[in-house]
Amino acid sequence: MSEQLKVPTMAQCMAEGRQPEVLFWVGSAGSYDDRAKKITRAFVKILNIANVDFAVLGTEESCTGDVAKRAGNEFLFQMQAVTNIEVLNAYQVKRVVTACPHSYNTLKNEYPELGGNYQVQHHTEFINELMKDGRIKIGGASKLSGKRITFHDPCYLGRANGVYEAPRDLLKSLGVELVEMKRSKNTALCCGAGGAQMFKEPEKGDKDINVLRTEDALETQPNIIATGCPYCNTMMTDGVKAKEKEASIQVLDIAELIANSQE
Amino acid sequence: MNYIPNILFALALIAGLGYFAKNVKKLIRNIKLGQDVDVSDNKSLRWKNMARIALGQSKMVKRPVSGFLHVVVYVGFVIINIEVLEIIIDGLFGTHRIFSTVLPDAIYGFLIGCFEILAFLVFISVIVFWIRRNIIKIQRFWKSEMTAWPKNDANYILYFEMVLMTLFLVMNATDLHFQSMDSGNIISQYIAPWFSGLSESSIHIIERAAWWIHILGILVFLNYLYFSKHLHILLAFPNTYYGKINPKGQLNNLEAVTNEVKMMMDPNVDPFAAPAEGVENVMPAKFGASDVQDLSWVQLLNAYTCTECGRCTSECPANLTGKKLSPRKIMMDTRDRLEEVGKNIDANNGEFKDDGKQLLGDYIAPEELWACTTCNACVEACPVSIDPLSIIIEMRRYLVMEQSAAPVELNNMMTNIENNGAPWPYNQMDRLNWKDE
Ligand code: SF4
Ligand code: SF4
Repeated sequence: MSEQLKVPTMAQCMAEGRQPEVLFWVGSAGSYDDRAKKITRAFVKILNIANVDFAVLGTEESCTGDVAKRAGNEFLFQMQAVTNIEVLNAYQVKRVVTACPHSYNTLKNEYPELGGNYQVQHHTEFINELMKDGRIKIGGASKLSGKRITFHDPCYLGRANGVYEAPRDLLKSLGVELVEMKRSKNTALCCGAGGAQMFKEPEKGDKDINVLRTEDALETQPNIIATGCPYCNTMMTDGVKAKEKEASIQVLDIAELIANSQE
Repeated sequence: MNYIPNILFALALIAGLGYFAKNVKKLIRNIKLGQDVDVSDNKSLRWKNMARIALGQSKMVKRPVSGFLHVVVYVGFVIINIEVLEIIIDGLFGTHRIFSTVLPDAIYGFLIGCFEILAFLVFISVIVFWIRRNIIKIQRFWKSEMTAWPKNDANYILYFEMVLMTLFLVMNATDLHFQSMDSGNIISQYIAPWFSGLSESSIHIIERAAWWIHILGILVFLNYLYFSKHLHILLAFPNTYYGKINPKGQLNNLEAVTNEVKMMMDPNVDPFAAPAEGVENVMPAKFGASDVQDLSWVQLLNAYTCTECGRCTSECPANLTGKKLSPRKIMMDTRDRLEEVGKNIDANNGEFKDDGKQLLGDYIAPEELWACTTCNACVEACPVSIDPLSIIIEMRRYLVMEQSAAPVELNNMMTNIENNGAPWPYNQMDRLNWKDE
């Protein structure tokens, strides 16, 4: 991926005296994690193709504090929140889109009480709008048409916020064969990363959660496991490796699937 | 006239209701040991939730078999209670089937007919429930927190219902006058012939005995509730009303922390200044929860409402992969500890005397708390709007903010966030590097 992306920062926009339509909240995983960075780039590619007037905070962005809060460190969470809110409010941000359901949930639900009120969207919701407005189109013969894809609901998008259809609508628009796992939507099984588990060894047990969830996915005999969260992506990718299926099954974010369909 | 039965009945009724009232008072006192929390918002949504989830059983039917059977037992239970009203009036005033004298025969017959059918269906459902628990051994009823008492408790209730329903039908079957009306004896007419060989007076004795044991049984059952997971038949209503209405992913922001953080961030505040006069010190005694009194009263109400059905645990990713965590156990432990604290208060003239125990450690181990992925599967699965996750988070808060007892990797993660604004040790200035990679 060496193509040049247009990624304006809020600071640049401010210097040019303009206010972008929407802020893209990249999140820590999307900024630093090698796998997640590809998702970030895929989403920006879509934003560029659709000519969306967006900006990022760049080096002014800081961890939302989601993971600290869920680990029990409310102090650290609120310090992060207040710092971020100061920056966001200084730029008079009204609309935020993010590819990370954890950032989405925290920005949308936990920041308002602390003074941060924004209209927050998950990238699958945002891309759906772009499609409806005709700003992005799927080529007639999508490369993916006929592929079996199963979608793993991120807890923080699905159960936590009731968004189940936006990602599925996008997959359907790609002409793929969408197959549901036995546990899906509000009964979807967690990938095992949430609640700060991503950053620690699992407690003693007889299996890893991501392996169990990957087994759910494999039962549907998919070509691709679609995700909508960088952490889920890591967990499912590791799960597929643990099951030695990485040669036949890909784990891809919906943003990547859409971006690929644009080539 | 002989008033002895009336007097005995009145005494039994007073004793039964009196003891129940006493325990309800205790229940309310225990729940009020929890911290105050504002749940006065969104009244109409809350009423709707109660109507939908408690009255309408909307979450129960997500699992069709147990859901359907439960609806039968629930509807039966509620409707058959109309009959109890008649029994109480008869008992107090020495009448016999008072409603049959005030209602037209057809309507009375219809009512009793409905009760009989329901009683029969309840009986069948309860037997299926018993088979599911004890013969098929459905997994969620056999997890490790289902020790002897919870298992027995569940079965006692089933036996209770079987006996009560049988008595109700036998009482009708042996009521010769009622049988001769031949209206409403839809089920009992098939039971009546079993007694046909007996003399009229023996049948009358059986009828009286069934009548008495039935109503005494109901009073015993009422008083059993407080000690049982069956308390949910009452508490499901307030609990679904006070249940979480925010998006499931939203955790509360600790207000005390907000005040602290504001102080730290505000350059104009002198952190060493004495608090202004009249301003209450808002710092709580501690952050998070290590014992039941630190939880909110809604969380304590949750604990008393838990039906121990295990739907939460059967969907918990941690539990499914063999971790120690079980959201049901979190609720059961909370109730057990709360009961213990309540008994302690009773024994010490209304004051809690430190017993050297607490919820954290003595009941719930940190290992359980750290296994949670905060996925909300338990909250979603619970048929009576219980939020086990909120208790887990409250206890993690205590572990981290009061005891600095997070697992070491999490401490590293948090240090990274403090130092460079990301959970990994990367330079903040590299945040935009992805753009050119
Ligand atoms: S939120 Fe925690 S306790 Fe509840 S189901 Fe998920 S992992 Fe289990
Ligand atoms: S918390 Fe809810 S789902 Fe879990 S055992 Fe109790 S009643 Fe059942």
